[in-house]
Amino acid sequence: MALLRISASLTALHMETTAIHQRTFSLSAVSAAIQKMTRVRVVDNSSLGNTPYHRPPRVIHVYTKNGVGKVGDRVLLAIKGEKKKALIVGHKMPGDRMTPRFDSNNVVLIEDNGNPTGTRIKVPLPTNLRNMDGDYTKVLAIATTFV
Amino acid sequence: MAVCAKSVEKCVFSMRLSRTLKLQNERFLSTSLCRLAAGPPKFVPPSKPVIIDKTQTVASLRKFLSPEFIPPRQRTDPFKFFLERKDMVRRRKAFDIPEFYAGSILAVTMADPNANVKTNRFVGICIQRGGKGLGATFVLRNIINNQGVEICYELYSPRLQKIEVLRLQKRLDDNLMYLRDALPEYSTVDPEMKPEPCCPTGEVPVNQLKVKMRPKPWSKRWERPKFNIQGIRFDLCLTPEAMEHAQKWAEPWREYDMLKEYDTSELEKKIFTEVQEEMNK
Repeated sequence: MALLRISASLTALHMETTAIHQRTFSLSAVSAAIQKMTRVRVVDNSSLGNTPYHRPPRVIHVYTKNGVGKVGDRVLLAIKGEKKKALIVGHKMPGDRMTPRFDSNNVVLIEDNGNPTGTRIKVPLPTNLRNMDGDYTKVLAIATTFV
Repeated sequence: MAVCAKSVEKCVFSMRLSRTLKLQNERFLSTSLCRLAAGPPKFVPPSKPVIIDKTQTVASLRKFLSPEFIPPRQRTDPFKFFLERKDMVRRRKAFDIPEFYAGSILAVTMADPNANVKTNRFVGICIQRGGKGLGATFVLRNIINNQGVEICYELYSPRLQKIEVLRLQKRLDDNLMYLRDALPEYSTVDPEMKPEPCCPTGEVPVNQLKVKMRPKPWSKRWERPKFNIQGIRFDLCLTPEAMEHAQKWAEPWREYDMLKEYDTSELEKKIFTEVQEEMNK
């Protein structure tokens, strides 16, 4: 009888926890600035970026002077145990006024010569990527929407 | 001139319509009535149609002073804010800045040299109004292709071309930054949305919507008393113990701090009359 009661209370507890959706382990929020060890989201349709893997892609180097990546900067990613270059197309950190701020750190995988690996970008890109120096025409050509 | 011509055209069209209707009516009635009434029927000119354009929003009649007119509580010379107010009024004479609040749905058209058509239209829910004076800003948020996007606009920027209020409403809070951590349906707005008519007088409607949050981690600890947030369903995402624990950071003595007191009601009246005079000049 006592066992039954304990199991009933346990199930009640279990019900409560499922209703509240609390995780048992802590996970830090994604950082706003793109720097080394930032988790990023690959937004093109390349197979490398879209197959599930137990480790999220992380930035292991930012090709800028100050080590913080903004829209239009190149980064080196550790993705699925490989090293791959990528282009930042949106970040959580607020930039200038009148430019969009995104809810995730978005990157597009590119080859070493600057050509994109995927063939389609699903999310909107910032329009100020257009007037940045550097050759992004191939990345801009596979984009669907701009904000 | 063009507007006048258009309205005349509309009038003519409606007159023609009414005439055809009348003719049809006569045809229906002709079998019974025409023989009784001797002679041709007398011509009755159709009444002048009143055309009400429901798509155009009515100018607001309620007393409203935009919050950026009120200077912050500090030791800066008030003359600086007076000069800024003059510039703001000059901009408002050239560019229509409507009344809106955090929680209203806006559409902003902005000059953008990089966009395809040189203008960029963004529709979203206003989640924050910030800044005082000429540097006042507001943040619009929307979800496009499952990607949350926010744009911070400067209210007095010369790049702005048009601000439309699609739905005028308030929410339970003055700052809706918690929508970043809420479920995405609460910040999704249809970009093709049409402006909803709103009565120009009376109180602005308050949307009593309470949002459901994503599981933690959040960008801020919204349950803490310093945010004082009414618009979140905390009962779904936090245990009562956690809510009680958050009260540990309450600072109930702050409201009695006389050095922090800033009553703007008198100042508001003064600035309102000053701005009205300037606008009517």
